[in-house]
Amino acid sequence: MAATASLSTPIASDAPADHRRNKGFTRWIVLAILFVSLGGTLFPFFLAAFNAIKTPADYAANGPLAFPHSFDLTALKNFWANVDFTRKLFNSILISGCTAILAVVLSLLNAYAIGIGRVRGGRVLLVILLISIMAPQEALIYPLYYMAKQVGLFDSMLSVILIIGVLHTAFGTYLLSSVLTTFPREIIEAAQIDNASRWQILWLVIVPVLRPTLAVLATFFFIWTWNEFLIPLVFLVSNNNQTVSVAMGVLSGANTQDPTAVAAASLLGVTPTVIFFLIFQRTLTRGVAAGAVK
Amino acid sequence: MEKSKNSGRAGYYLYILPGMLGFALIVLVPLIANFAISFTTWKGIGTPRYIGLQNYERLLVDAAFWGSIQHTLIFIISMTILPIILGLVLAAVLFDYISAQFGETLSSFFRAGFYLPQILPLTAAGVLWGWILNPIGIVNAVLKAIGLDFMAQNWLGDASYAIWAVSAVIVWIQVGYCLVVFMSGLARVDPSLYEAAELDNASWFGRFRYITIPMLMPEIFVVALTTLIAALKVFAPIYVLTSGGPDNATTVPSYLSYYHFFTTNRVGYAAAISTLQTLVTIMLGVFFLRMQSKQTEGER
Repeated sequence: MAATASLSTPIASDAPADHRRNKGFTRWIVLAILFVSLGGTLFPFFLAAFNAIKTPADYAANGPLAFPHSFDLTALKNFWANVDFTRKLFNSILISGCTAILAVVLSLLNAYAIGIGRVRGGRVLLVILLISIMAPQEALIYPLYYMAKQVGLFDSMLSVILIIGVLHTAFGTYLLSSVLTTFPREIIEAAQIDNASRWQILWLVIVPVLRPTLAVLATFFFIWTWNEFLIPLVFLVSNNNQTVSVAMGVLSGANTQDPTAVAAASLLGVTPTVIFFLIFQRTLTRGVAAGAVK
Repeated sequence: MEKSKNSGRAGYYLYILPGMLGFALIVLVPLIANFAISFTTWKGIGTPRYIGLQNYERLLVDAAFWGSIQHTLIFIISMTILPIILGLVLAAVLFDYISAQFGETLSSFFRAGFYLPQILPLTAAGVLWGWILNPIGIVNAVLKAIGLDFMAQNWLGDASYAIWAVSAVIVWIQVGYCLVVFMSGLARVDPSLYEAAELDNASWFGRFRYITIPMLMPEIFVVALTTLIAALKVFAPIYVLTSGGPDNATTVPSYLSYYHFFTTNRVGYAAAISTLQTLVTIMLGVFFLRMQSKQTEGER
């Protein structure tokens, strides 16, 4: 391999230039095709944004494809007020935030025992935990619904936080156990010699080192929970407890009579995640990959 | 020495206690309960009555259930197969062509753009697409604008088109996930492989076929497994776009069990559907993980 590399060096320096000259036209075609496909992918977002700010008269006169000739926030304001969007946003943030914290803490504790403590049966536990990822939520939902009613947790955000938090723990345990299995033992042994307890080692030695990974994990859990649908749909029946995702789901097909209103609803429904995406784009795209390969 | 080591390990069990307690209460017990309920007839109130395999027998002759299985197969195409193919091509183009010709930044820009639909709440994506696909929506407006009026349809309301319309939305959602995973896999590939192939005058397709795909096999496995599991569970897009209709033309097992649990209150029957679904998913998962471990053994 090394020989090939050294042989190819002088040729390689010419080859790309050649390559570029020859394919000068092709490369622009490829780029154009990519831009058109990306445009197609993002088109629904632009459509929603354009039409959400039109007056119904403008929409009726010029159709959905025209640039807005008017600027009118009535549809957005109406949707916001009608579904009490402030409340939905607050609920979503509260539920997603608490779930992310709960799931990260549970994953960390599990992974500490499996990866650092090497408890007997740790590998088996990891395999059993896979059930939480694989089992369809429908297979858990009715017993959970019944249990929640029995213990008075029905229609409470706490039930949703506990359920989704535990379900996400399986993924977190996986990821963190594989990280912790390769954690340098010397650091832990040094702490043990200093008479640090297990609890102290976890919080004062391991957590600071793992902070970036934990942050990625928390970001993921936050967004997954934000997008979660079936569990909040079943558990959060009162309007006051609903999340953005459920509010959007319940709305579906409700008022197709007024296209600008639906555009406004779609725009508001997707905006929070688009904002998260712009903030966490790098973290997310890298994290997906890291999670998948582990 | 040995003794202290053992008791040292035992202490760590305290740390998995909360996680395991949660797992038992929220996954294991409900799963077993659901399995048990599937052998009963129950309205959700009163005492469930044991009826043996009757729910399963009824499933075998339920046209809606068989339809839902067929639809799942179609969704496997739109959730797993098509996105993997499109994701592979896109990833290869971005990695081995755009990066080389136009630079890293542009290729990450494309990657991010194609990934965006993947992180939306499915319900918000559903409202957006419901609005685009409705009879007075964008798709029909475009067709009208380019003089193809006769192709305009009630995309989600017509039993013969609804499943394809929903499939198209699912492809739109899924491509980004495959793309991102594949691109990170390609980062592992030794660039000299591509250089050598280029010197041998291998065509782009040749490099794709003989370098990209074989190198990405581990990622393809992972993506296939995760998207297959997701395809078997697909629920929110159906709920939002069509509610399983028109005439059960888009119903899936998840929607069917949700419907019987909470609308018709045939809890035992719904439990039977979701139990079958669980068994199929777990069998598929085990099969895939086996294949994967065989494959990696072969490589070593």
